[in-house]
Amino acid sequence: MIKFLLMVNKQGQTRLSKYYEKVDIGKRPALEADVVKGCLSRKKEQCSFVEYKDFKLVYRQYAALFIVVGISDTENELSIYELVHNFVEVLDKYFGHVSELDIMFNLDKVHIILDEMIQNGHIVETNRNRILAPLLALDKMAEAH
Amino acid sequence: MSDVVEKTLSALPSLLSLDSNAGAGKLSSTSKLGNLIRGITELTSKHDEEKLIKKELAAIKEQVASPNTTMRQMKEIMVRAIYCEMLGYQASVSYIHAIKLAQQGSVLEKRLGYLAVSLFLNESDEFLLLLVNTVLKDLQSTNLNEVCMALTAVSQMFPKDMIPAILPIVEEKLTHPKEVIRRKAVLALYKFYLIAPNQVQHIHSKFRKALCDKDPGVMTASLHIYLQLVKESPESYKDLTVSFVTILRQVVGGKLPMDFNYHSVPAPWLQIQLLRILAYLGKEDQGTSEMMYDVLEESLRRAEMNHNITYAILYECVKSIYTVYPKAELLEKAAKCIGNFVLSPKINLKYLGLKALTYVVAQDPNLALPHQMTIIECLDHSDIIIKRATLELLFRITNAQNVTVIVEKMLEFLRQSSNDYSTVDLVGKVAELAEKYPFIKQDPLNLCNGMQPDIPNNFLRLLAEGFDSVEEDRQLRLFAVDSYVLLLQGETASLPQCFLQVISWVRTKVPIGLFPELSRYIFPSILLIFSYYIFSYYDVVLMFSFEYFGSLDTVLRQRAHELMILSQDAGLRGRVLSAEGRLEHVDSSLSFLDGHVSEALAAGAAPYKPPHQRQEELAHEKALSLEPYGLSLPVSLSTCSITDRLTDRQSPTRLSISSSVSGNSTELSLKGGSTTLKLDGVKRVWGKEGYLVQQPKEVVEETPLPPTELPSPLGSFQSPVSQTQTASPGPEPDQERQQLASSLFVGVGTHHSVCLMGRTEAAPQRFRRKPKGTGSSSGTSEHSSNSSHSSSGTAAGNTLDSTTAATGQQISQHALGHPPVNGNPIVETPGPLPPVRDGGVAAEIPTGHTDSGTLADPNEDPVPVRPRDLPLISHLPAELSGLARSKLTTLCPGPDPGLALSSCRVYKEDALVLVVFVSNNSDSTLHRVALRFTSKQLEVLFQTNTTFPIRFSENLPLTVSTGEYGKMWLSFSHDVKQNLRLITAGDQSPLTATLDTLRDRLHLHVVDIIGSEGIVACRLLRGQPCLLHCRVHADSLAVWLRSPIPEFPDSLLYHCQKALAEA
Repeated sequence: MIKFLLMVNKQGQTRLSKYYEKVDIGKRPALEADVVKGCLSRKKEQCSFVEYKDFKLVYRQYAALFIVVGISDTENELSIYELVHNFVEVLDKYFGHVSELDIMFNLDKVHIILDEMIQNGHIVETNRNRILAPLLALDKMAEAH
Repeated sequence: MSDVVEKTLSALPSLLSLDSNAGAGKLSSTSKLGNLIRGITELTSKHDEEKLIKKELAAIKEQVASPNTTMRQMKEIMVRAIYCEMLGYQASVSYIHAIKLAQQGSVLEKRLGYLAVSLFLNESDEFLLLLVNTVLKDLQSTNLNEVCMALTAVSQMFPKDMIPAILPIVEEKLTHPKEVIRRKAVLALYKFYLIAPNQVQHIHSKFRKALCDKDPGVMTASLHIYLQLVKESPESYKDLTVSFVTILRQVVGGKLPMDFNYHSVPAPWLQIQLLRILAYLGKEDQGTSEMMYDVLEESLRRAEMNHNITYAILYECVKSIYTVYPKAELLEKAAKCIGNFVLSPKINLKYLGLKALTYVVAQDPNLALPHQMTIIECLDHSDIIIKRATLELLFRITNAQNVTVIVEKMLEFLRQSSNDYSTVDLVGKVAELAEKYPFIKQDPLNLCNGMQPDIPNNFLRLLAEGFDSVEEDRQLRLFAVDSYVLLLQGETASLPQCFLQVISWVRTKVPIGLFPELSRYIFPSILLIFSYYIFSYYDVVLMFSFEYFGSLDTVLRQRAHELMILSQDAGLRGRVLSAEGRLEHVDSSLSFLDGHVSEALAAGAAPYKPPHQRQEELAHEKALSLEPYGLSLPVSLSTCSITDRLTDRQSPTRLSISSSVSGNSTELSLKGGSTTLKLDGVKRVWGKEGYLVQQPKEVVEETPLPPTELPSPLGSFQSPVSQTQTASPGPEPDQERQQLASSLFVGVGTHHSVCLMGRTEAAPQRFRRKPKGTGSSSGTSEHSSNSSHSSSGTAAGNTLDSTTAATGQQISQHALGHPPVNGNPIVETPGPLPPVRDGGVAAEIPTGHTDSGTLADPNEDPVPVRPRDLPLISHLPAELSGLARSKLTTLCPGPDPGLALSSCRVYKEDALVLVVFVSNNSDSTLHRVALRFTSKQLEVLFQTNTTFPIRFSENLPLTVSTGEYGKMWLSFSHDVKQNLRLITAGDQSPLTATLDTLRDRLHLHVVDIIGSEGIVACRLLRGQPCLLHCRVHADSLAVWLRSPIPEFPDSLLYHCQKALAEA
């Protein structure tokens, strides 16, 4: 099961966070800092999976942006690793060469996309067209207005 | 923030030229949100961040309160609030407005309202109730977008109690013409099932309908429910197996629309989901499993594309295959598949491979064997997660024989680990192993020795956090306390205060009434500490005593009283304590613990061993199980050399050691097209990339280079003739690893072992020590005609100089004889010996004695390098001179023309003797020759004896009993099986005849013959054994050989074949 998904830049600043298990808002920054520290300190040739407390982190780097997913022990790390890539591909498709700024200025949309893909810590949709369909419908309506 | 972002930000106004009226995706940097984002990117410190967000929150508060704020502005405010929350600042003021936005906004704003609600609120939040009406309204909306977002919101969070209010409408949506609505409805029902399973019990039939939905998306969504259902009660859903199998087959077969593909792999996550469901269904159910074998195999076969996602599927597939009722053929394929993972250079795959192996070995530990070297490598991997996965794997293959080594490895990891959770986990595992294999527990000091500084702290933390399970908790604490008590006994010098803290802490945390036996453990330890720190911890002790007065346990009460009286009466204390010298120096006899000890002994604990004895045992154990082979026998060898020396004092000194093969010797073979040992059949057991690349350790007879000219001997000056042995440093880590592998994997894969031997009953060390005990002095009475193949791999040219720096090994230098006149040439042998691959290989070297040297007076013959064979050879010790020998070979012409090293092999009946001549070819007199040996045996020998014969050749036959044989058999990891020819002779049975032939020709020891089976043992001259198990099978003899040395079985087999062929 997926516990959370973070997008963090190299400076360790959170650009997006989504929790699928309850974590108090006050405790999130510390957790994120800890998680990011665990991932940033790793070398390229090291494994993309890290143990963190009683769960695992799967991280993947895109330019200056890290996507870190916290998963339970029963999850298939490699499938999550690829899920991250799928997510980025979807973002790419929507934004066209997605960048950190795209994410910052469209935080709401990134969240909407993520909501289509992961719910309750489970992967619910991976088909790119279907992930984007609801959002594109909304965009279409907004244009029509 | 980086310059790039700065630049981009400054360019933003032009890029996003539209103002707040802009369409979707566009935002003005001049808007409030734009400002916030810019502010966030420019943050440099936590302090700045706090200031910025506080300001922002105040602005939000003001804005949301204003009646003039439009829904569009509200939407922006929500995003700003999301930002604030993301940075860890609660924006609770906006919560109610998020709900309002969802209620009142137009479609876009509504979506944002829902989004904000899902991000801000928790499942248990009462605010959620306010959303119910909105959801209800939106579900009934004619606008599909609204229905869609309402369903999305519901499937993310919904108040449990309100489910009945919307359930009928959601159910209704299951038949909606739009797939997206149906899909989201299924997901909403899944959510309901998760939070309130009872509420949706009546609609299970509808789940089935969803499973059969014509749209793959809806079907996929329903699988979430089914995974959950099947996990909870697989029995109820066995009938669906066929459906899942069919679906998987279709997916794997590429029947889904193209857009479900991810990197040309059809719906990988769907496949994974299905595989998981099948695993639950097929678990321990042969019938159901049989239905899925085909599709599992197909998945395994189809997923051959070289992409991460296919590996993810493969992993899941292997996991399923090993979860369902086993089918040998499939298991084999899956194991093979995992082999590719483990060998992969991609670290992520390697990790996954190790993880998969843990499932695989749970089924059959044998399957770990092909990967043992990889596993050993991973154990030393720089990446901690790989190490961790490896330990996890090792944990699953522990058995009575390897548990000590594995626990050792775990403790090693613990020493480095900083992750509390893995520490807890591992300590738990160690405790579990200790529980399972009591003999480790009997030696907790061994563990404690491993627990240097950090571990006690970890333990403390571990104890502080405790465990969920009371039983586990209790055991662990008991174990911990036990360890400490022993540690206190062991290391009396200076006790870190933290132990005291730990122990007192354990005491306060563990209620006395609950765990009386634990208290009993603690009390002696308190008493012990008390005796050490009597002054500084007076109060603590007093407090303890008081508490224990109330104890129901009479023993405790008595102890408490004793302690109490002791602490109050200074005079008595002085007498009692100083009488035993505790105050001055610690009482090493620990006599006051006698009670505890006898108690413990009665309870089955191991008797206490004094540290030196334990050290020694540890050293033995360690040397035997972990050290490179070449270093592992110093004790036995030195002892036998001494005995030989005593008996053999008057004869010419022979230094006999088994020589070994050098990786460098191939260099020589290139030059000389030499005769090689026939070891073609030798299997590289450890073969794996990296190891195979290395030149196989071919045994090469050195090129017969012209021997150095030897001046005629003169009695005046004697030089030592030393045995040189070189080994390339390369193979050594290999050796270590192999040794480690054999100790780690010992006992793994012995489940099919043959009837002849009994089960293992004890730890391996007992019989490991055996070989060196026997036969060390058996000397010359028996002869081995076996296979005297030389393996005196000596690197040409490197012996004298180039190797000086070659190894970082300990090098001992021994000056022989007289003070130097002409410098100080050093004969050096780098590296320990790789194991001999051959039956009876030994090198026997006459070391110089002062009266009959082989180093000649230079004056006699000044010609440096025009050697004649004869003169040097003539210096062979008399007893060797009559024997067959090889040509004299120059070992190192070297840059120093003055000193020449040459060797030849002499084939004795029971040994191969390697004679090394050190000759002086210069004009000047050498007064001192220093010889360096890195081999520890040699070191020992030289120190004890520089002028007398040293011999430690041993005989091949290994005399063991059947019982010992059985134990040894289980402990060896290298095995070879082969059929041999049977010999028929007269009235003897073919088996007896054959074994007798082997015994006579190869000097094997026939341990026992039972019916059509026989067991035979032998060992190398250096002591490493090889066991043979023979069974008559039709017309041939099926032989199964095992040895701790990888090459030995192959080699021995070869000789057996030869011997039988000649017979």
